[in-house]
Amino acid sequence: MELLIASAVGVLTAAGIYMVLRLRTFPVIIGTSLLSYAVNVFLFASGRLAMDAPPVLRDGAERYTDPLPQALVLTAIVISFGMTAVVVIIALGSWLSADDDLVDRPAEPRETAQ
Amino acid sequence: MSHWIITPVVLPAMLAAILVLMVREHIVVQRALSMAGALALTVISAGLFWQASDGTITLYQLGNWPAPFGIVLVADRLSTLMLLLTTVLAPLVLLYAMGSGWDLRGRHFHPLFQFQLMGILGAFLTGDAFNLFVFFEVLLIASYGLMIHSGGRQRLRAGTQYVLYNLLGSTLFLFALGTIYAQTGTLNMADLAGRVAELDPAASAGIRVAAVLLLMVFAIKAAVLPLHFWLPDSYAHAPAPVAALFAIMTKVGAYGIIRVYTLVFPPDLEITQGLFDVWLMPAALLTLALGMIGVLGAARIDRLVAFSVIGSMGLLLASVSLFTPEGIAAALYYAIHSTLATAALFLLVDQIRDGRGAAGPMLVHGRPIAGGALIAGMFFVAAIAMTGLPPLSGFLGKLLILDAALTSPLVWWVWAVVLSGSLVAVVGFSRAGSLIFWKAHQEGPDIGEADPQTEPEVEDETVQPDSTKGPVAPRPVTPMVAIGGLIALLVALTVLAGPVNRALTATAAQLFAPAPYIELVLTTPGKKIKDDTHGDETSSHDTGAEVEAETGEDH
Repeated sequence: MELLIASAVGVLTAAGIYMVLRLRTFPVIIGTSLLSYAVNVFLFASGRLAMDAPPVLRDGAERYTDPLPQALVLTAIVISFGMTAVVVIIALGSWLSADDDLVDRPAEPRETAQ
Repeated sequence: MSHWIITPVVLPAMLAAILVLMVREHIVVQRALSMAGALALTVISAGLFWQASDGTITLYQLGNWPAPFGIVLVADRLSTLMLLLTTVLAPLVLLYAMGSGWDLRGRHFHPLFQFQLMGILGAFLTGDAFNLFVFFEVLLIASYGLMIHSGGRQRLRAGTQYVLYNLLGSTLFLFALGTIYAQTGTLNMADLAGRVAELDPAASAGIRVAAVLLLMVFAIKAAVLPLHFWLPDSYAHAPAPVAALFAIMTKVGAYGIIRVYTLVFPPDLEITQGLFDVWLMPAALLTLALGMIGVLGAARIDRLVAFSVIGSMGLLLASVSLFTPEGIAAALYYAIHSTLATAALFLLVDQIRDGRGAAGPMLVHGRPIAGGALIAGMFFVAAIAMTGLPPLSGFLGKLLILDAALTSPLVWWVWAVVLSGSLVAVVGFSRAGSLIFWKAHQEGPDIGEADPQTEPEVEDETVQPDSTKGPVAPRPVTPMVAIGGLIALLVALTVLAGPVNRALTATAAQLFAPAPYIELVLTTPGKKIKDDTHGDETSSHDTGAEVEAETGEDH
């Protein structure tokens, strides 16, 4: 279980970073999404992994899983989802107004006095 | 429990909702409400500042839940100081936006502005690390909207970069928080302070990683050297009032560093030794150097000011990274100064850009600005303040920082970089100023009057189409009043340097004695948490009941 989660976080992060380093907005946005998945899984695991355990304490519960990371990850999912939507719209606007989807600014002509 | 502490968060949030839902078509009502809200926030912040100015720390428990479980807002000297700074800046920026018509050049300027204020003020007030993340996201998502306000090709491109950069920053923030939670089991800052201190230094790899990650997150916000790439383009292409408001955003990063690394990871903590003197200090000095070189090399006046922001953040963080009470007090003085000076400069740049016709923001020979004497005078004063020449507050701030650095082993490095940086900045600013204001009156190849179509490189969305043709209409007075207000504040900061500095010294002293803060947060009783012996249904029922919150105060 630990190995599975850890490698999931690692692979997602690695893939995300690779994609983020591309030059066009679409792969970069995919990359940030992958990174946010990675961090969500990571946050979820930050309260230790417990299988088949209730998330709240009650009488007779021998073991339990930490409920707080679940609340944190819920917040993080909502926020990263919203942020991805925003960046998609802005990137779309940028693409429509500039006719290319490069993340970098194209090399500006030197803005000096002629 | 006084509810005033939550008003800086609730008021703009409610106001923004009203603005966007009820009066979206009525710009006059929007302007009136937005300004009224900003002024009310100023009054409230001044009240909170007054309340905290005798050293009392006030706690607000959201939903009346006690500290390590519930979210708390804490108003101490530092929080209320930053609150006051933000809410003094906001009405002036708003005044400028209205006077220059920026708020009409796109939709929803005022709601976004209020959400931005909500995020910034919340970030200053919160006492919970995850809540800090949430407020960062609030201020960021509002800033994305403001950044691309009124659109345009270059602005959208710069906006995309800005959003992507900050998305990565947010991801790092979450990784840091996850690591902290995994190591300590809490995210309340006061609770963290106790638990981090108890960690075994021999087995502290996790928390050290978290401390560095968190520092990186704040360094992104504060535009420290290897992480500064987002700033010049974003600030140069953002609408002027937005750029002026963003002057406070870099300070949010600096605030985060000061708060977290005095409270959670205090300077004498063994496990985070070397983080500041070995890493942050050199990075800050390099940032300062880079900013000043950028000032010298910038080909556009808006980028010049953006680089001066980077330089001033470098200086500020160099002072912070001394991590002595003197260093923090000096950094806070400089933070107030540089926020006001940066905002004034960005607003002036907008006036210059509009007034120069086709030359726009380029540092080339252009036509003189109509009614340029006032702008030139203000630019002169603001540039003096920004570069740290006497007699204005920039000089005092720099002096305080140099004085605080005397105890540091890196004192010669600090002095050398700060002083030569100042010289370079003076050269950069005077070059720009004389090119724009003086040389325009001389004979020369007049770029400004050339046909704009033949020069695509100076065609810029930030230049208003109507400003390129014909004699310029008389300038509206309101924008100049807003800029004048900022400059008057700079002068006031200089004249009142003594009292201000005493208050900041007390602020720094409070930061370096965090015991009352921690005790207040952790020992204040809140809602009584019932022994849950009745199973799920009753417990969920009880927690939802507001009655419980009211009676909780008696316990």
